[in-house]
Amino acid sequence: MAGKTYRQAINEAILQEMRRDSTVILLGEDVAGGTGAGGEGDAWGGPMGVTRGLVSEFGVGRVLDTPISEAAYMGAAIGAAASGLRPIADLMFIDFAGVCFDQIVNQAAKYRYMYGGQDKIPLTIRTMMGAGLGISSQHSQSLYPIFSYFAGLKVVVPSGPYDAKGLLISAIRDDDPVIFCEHKALYEMVEDVPDEPYTIPFGEANFIRSGGDVTIVAMSSMVHVATKAATELARQGIECEILDPRTSSPLDTESILESVEETGRLVIIDESGPRFGMASEVAAVVAEEGFALLKAPIIKVTPPFVPIPAAPNLEQLYIPDVAQLIVAVNKVMES
Amino acid sequence: MQSTKELLVAYRSMRTIREFEERMHIEFAKGGVPGFVHLYAGQEASAVGVCANLSGKDVLLNTHRAHGPAIARGADIFAVAKEIYCRGEGLCKGRGGSAHLHDVKSGLWGANSGVGSGVALGCGAALAARNLKTGGVAVALVGDGAVNQGVVSEALNLASIWKLPLVIVFENNGYGEATAVDYAVAGKDLYKRAAAFDMPGVKVDGHDYFAVYDEVRLAVERARAGHGPSIIEAKQIRYFGHFEGDAQTYRPKNEVEQCRQGNDCLKRFRQHVLNENRVEESDLNSIDTEVADLIDRVYKEAKAARFPGEDELMQSIYASEYQG
Repeated sequence: MAGKTYRQAINEAILQEMRRDSTVILLGEDVAGGTGAGGEGDAWGGPMGVTRGLVSEFGVGRVLDTPISEAAYMGAAIGAAASGLRPIADLMFIDFAGVCFDQIVNQAAKYRYMYGGQDKIPLTIRTMMGAGLGISSQHSQSLYPIFSYFAGLKVVVPSGPYDAKGLLISAIRDDDPVIFCEHKALYEMVEDVPDEPYTIPFGEANFIRSGGDVTIVAMSSMVHVATKAATELARQGIECEILDPRTSSPLDTESILESVEETGRLVIIDESGPRFGMASEVAAVVAEEGFALLKAPIIKVTPPFVPIPAAPNLEQLYIPDVAQLIVAVNKVMES
Repeated sequence: MQSTKELLVAYRSMRTIREFEERMHIEFAKGGVPGFVHLYAGQEASAVGVCANLSGKDVLLNTHRAHGPAIARGADIFAVAKEIYCRGEGLCKGRGGSAHLHDVKSGLWGANSGVGSGVALGCGAALAARNLKTGGVAVALVGDGAVNQGVVSEALNLASIWKLPLVIVFENNGYGEATAVDYAVAGKDLYKRAAAFDMPGVKVDGHDYFAVYDEVRLAVERARAGHGPSIIEAKQIRYFGHFEGDAQTYRPKNEVEQCRQGNDCLKRFRQHVLNENRVEESDLNSIDTEVADLIDRVYKEAKAARFPGEDELMQSIYASEYQG
């Protein structure tokens, strides 16, 4: 056990799975970096350096830099998954899903069901989401709820290094297409992460903090916003229970309802949009299945309904924060 | 050169597709076939010319005009018909229907409504064949309409830079749905796009089984030897509409009739093999009779087959225990 960053934990998961299983391949834009350029290979490991070193160990037959052709290499990853490989396709930014949406939702998601269960598609799509780097609307979205809409896909949203490693190993070993959504603001986060491989099952929420007054559901980087708010609220005498579902598909609705049964109050904080997003989904589940448990109306803390601006001051206004969450919790405590 | 036996297999396959599609045209009009149906009649020489070059380790990817390629690849024709009728014992248990025939055990990676996606998926199948050292190749049959999809251009580039064991056949039947190739495609010769992606490209008469067979053989050999992908454009005419029910008012009068009379792939095949004394006419005639009988049985059985059980609705969404 050692302190490792989110970046190191993800790299280690891929490295260990590629050593364990020769059918695991990695493909995407600049996953090695520098291919064919005449200088040093293994130049990037992706823009955040997450996959650095892998091409040196596994070679260009298993770590493949692709052209900027998301539709082609995503389709190829699906075809390879149907043909005996276990690909990890790196979609550099989740925003670029726009280019290969057809492959993900009409090919990968449908392949098994539409063809009568003949195939399995053991594909992991690693991608990066989230605001905070001042890179505007086309590189900052948290689009994971969109993929959670589709039967046939699984969606994983890890909030820290420990979960990232265990969930990624589960994703790679899974026989279905999994969208693994890393938050770009978390790569430097350090946690104790075991050196050996381990798995974390999908669809099991992590109870981050227990408390009897309010349930807060948070995923990805919002877990850390929730933790800070809960510490502050505890000083005011309000005890928050924080649940991180960790995967939005499957979604552990049972744990959310159990917690609401204890607290009677629910606040959902999420970085995806305010409409038709993760917060809306969780609110709908609790309204439908746990209405009688509620002592107060559910509150969603989300970004406003607007594309994401580059200007740092505006971007900070966009991202849900501790102050907004504290206001929301205080409000549900009024009823 | 193909043996007499191989020629008879090819003829039987083409005749089976023709009879199957002509009958489907009649049956569809009567009702009882769910969804859209896109017939392959007229284009048999390309699917059969392709599949005659493939072995069990190879895979075929194709489009919504799916019945012909499925039969050519050797999928069980009873299961093909049942799938088109969306029955429980269809190739895909009635989930895919006419446009999504798929049969892993026959090396039929499948028909796809994403008309250009087969080229991208084929890149992956080819990559897997190379990494797993199976010696297999992938063949993607796509129509002229798909040539204008971005995913096809992207995938052609990917296949070329990675030198994948992939063969791409553009079946140019003159129309992308109801829009003419002459209007929709810049540069009327689709095969010339190969030059931009640094791969060989040829055009063949898509009503000539032997021309298709010969070019595909070269392309498959090249792919199998590790020299990368090729494009073959098969110019042809479809005998029916984009889908059944298409009134085809956009087509020149007599286009189909002239082709049926003077350029039909089955007639030309017969003429060719008889002129060269490579088969007995009586063998061809026997095949015609046997196929007619087979098609009768296929349709009878398909129409009588059960629909999928209601308990099947929520099955096989995921490979794992979790089903959503």
